[in-house]
Amino acid sequence: MPLLEVSDLRTHFHTRGGVVRAVDGVSFSVGQGETLGIVGESGSGKSVTCLSLMGLVPQPPGVVVAERAVFDGTDLLRSPPATVRALRGKRIAMIFQDPMTSLNPYLRVGEQLIEPLLIHEKISRRDALARGRTLLEEVGIADAARRLSSYPHEFSGGMRQRVMIAMALITRPDLLIADEPTTALDVTVQAQILDLLRRFQRERGMAVIFITHDLGVVAGLCDRVQVMYAGRIVESADTRTLFREPRHPYTRALQRSIPALQAKGVELATIPGMPPDLAHLPSGCAFAPRCEFATERCRIGEAPNLKETNPNHLTACLRVQAGEI
Amino acid sequence: MDTPAAPLLQLTDVKAHFPVSRGFVFRKEVGTVKAVDGVSLTLGRGEVLGLVGESGCGKSTLARTIMQLVPATAGTVVLAGRNLATADRAELRRARRTMQMVFQDPFASLNPRLPVGDAIAEPLLVHGLATRAQAPGRVTELMERVGLAAALRHKYPHEFSGGQRQRVAIARALALNPQVLIADEPVSALDVSIQAQILNLLARLVREAQLSLLFIAHDLSVVKHLSDRVAVMYLGRIVELGPATEVIEHPRHPYTQALVSAIPIPDPALAATRPRLLLPGDPPSPRDPPAGCAFHPRCQYATAACRATVPPLERLADGHEAACIRIGEIRVGG
Repeated sequence: MPLLEVSDLRTHFHTRGGVVRAVDGVSFSVGQGETLGIVGESGSGKSVTCLSLMGLVPQPPGVVVAERAVFDGTDLLRSPPATVRALRGKRIAMIFQDPMTSLNPYLRVGEQLIEPLLIHEKISRRDALARGRTLLEEVGIADAARRLSSYPHEFSGGMRQRVMIAMALITRPDLLIADEPTTALDVTVQAQILDLLRRFQRERGMAVIFITHDLGVVAGLCDRVQVMYAGRIVESADTRTLFREPRHPYTRALQRSIPALQAKGVELATIPGMPPDLAHLPSGCAFAPRCEFATERCRIGEAPNLKETNPNHLTACLRVQAGEI
Repeated sequence: MDTPAAPLLQLTDVKAHFPVSRGFVFRKEVGTVKAVDGVSLTLGRGEVLGLVGESGCGKSTLARTIMQLVPATAGTVVLAGRNLATADRAELRRARRTMQMVFQDPFASLNPRLPVGDAIAEPLLVHGLATRAQAPGRVTELMERVGLAAALRHKYPHEFSGGQRQRVAIARALALNPQVLIADEPVSALDVSIQAQILNLLARLVREAQLSLLFIAHDLSVVKHLSDRVAVMYLGRIVELGPATEVIEHPRHPYTQALVSAIPIPDPALAATRPRLLLPGDPPSPRDPPAGCAFHPRCQYATAACRATVPPLERLADGHEAACIRIGEIRVGG
């Protein structure tokens, strides 16, 4: 049984400009100890998917519904708030892109670090601080004992992200949701943080959902990847397969537009146009207006559903499903 | 990629230092930030020079120094034979016509109250290169050249996407027919698919107009795709310089080696097998740079000698230039 199972998650925002369908029918699961990458460009719904599951979408204007969103037997959207609160921050933890805005600038790092422990476990402050210190050392912060009484502004960006990771891991969660945790960091620091996450994931057998726009980061970290476009998952496969044989036209175009994979001087493939306005989605497949393979059939009716097009490889494209491309 | 004639743009030992002062009533200088500390570079006609480095390494300050937006504390910037430091206002004005800049955030660099067509026409009118009657024709031409429909000229920047805004900024920079374009992280704020469109556009402009491009980025793979030569900057100084493919495939300086190995490769098989060089620590603050080679606290090869002397940029047998005194003893990696 998977650790987290989500089916038909929809997060809509009711605004004056219409209903914004940020997440529009997303189903996926994450197994114990598995690392799942969610890839997409800005506005694809990758962050909102996870925020919805964590109950961090303000309602209203948001409306979050799902057929199921079950974490280890508990439905995250239907259970009483107290039950969900007991899971969140303990068994499910989350780290964000910008560690400066997610740390309280007025509180010493040590206080923030042990807060989840004090809330979720019966533990004395002293023991909690001792655990905090050990963990700071484990995430690679030198002189941890002294650093516990530092304030966030005394840390560099990379160090702050290490503190965030320590804070997320202090309750030994079963699932870590990492939302673009390295995007704001320098390349060499990004490499350090990715290495750290990889090591913790392996040592603790923790499941990780890694949200990113960077296919390169996914390649080095994730077991499985799903690609999102306009609020829906358009392709899902294990990492090697997705990179070797991408099926969905969007994934294929995305891959061909990465400079690292193309020889110098070669014109990079581009995707014409722009992602659609989520308040006014086109009928049929949302990618059809930009797709080189789209036919009339792609532009009518409901958006195509994810279907198995190869063993364990799901694609939401009518033409791939029909074996035409 | 040496040009036989004199390079179009030549920097010699350029420095940009900023005083750090403390106190409000009794201000006093307490130190100096050496944002750019002795950079010598050349840019040939029609050449693309990539400048890479992490945040705080001084790459943007260097660009601004070249544009004379920030005064150089020392050294010379020579554009087409003219020393910009000693140029008078009229000469500087002419120089600015030859050299234009595109910034990372097109939203911040475009006036939100000006329709984009007017924004593109502005430099033409300011420099007297077109009359009010001629301007619309030139704007149409420029917009089409960067892949924007001329009909969009009456729209305001907020009505455009990030990629389109960057096209507007490029059209505006091209209005004066510059010979040198300095692009400071022009694609970092854009999504991958849009990034590719802008990179293609820049490559085409360089090719068609024999434009020289100084392309500043923190992403080596983007730089490699576009550049003829690459310069790697660390804490205000160039640490390695050479042909783009060479520097990225066979980096010599320990910092470049680590930088290259830190690029996430979008290929799981390769990502699993390639060696990873993890640097300890963060880039140091330019306000309090380490003595000797600024990279030594993070360098696995550092010796006592590295802490004592600032290594000069020296030409190596394979055509690279690198600033490392131990270069002869370091394995060629990458």
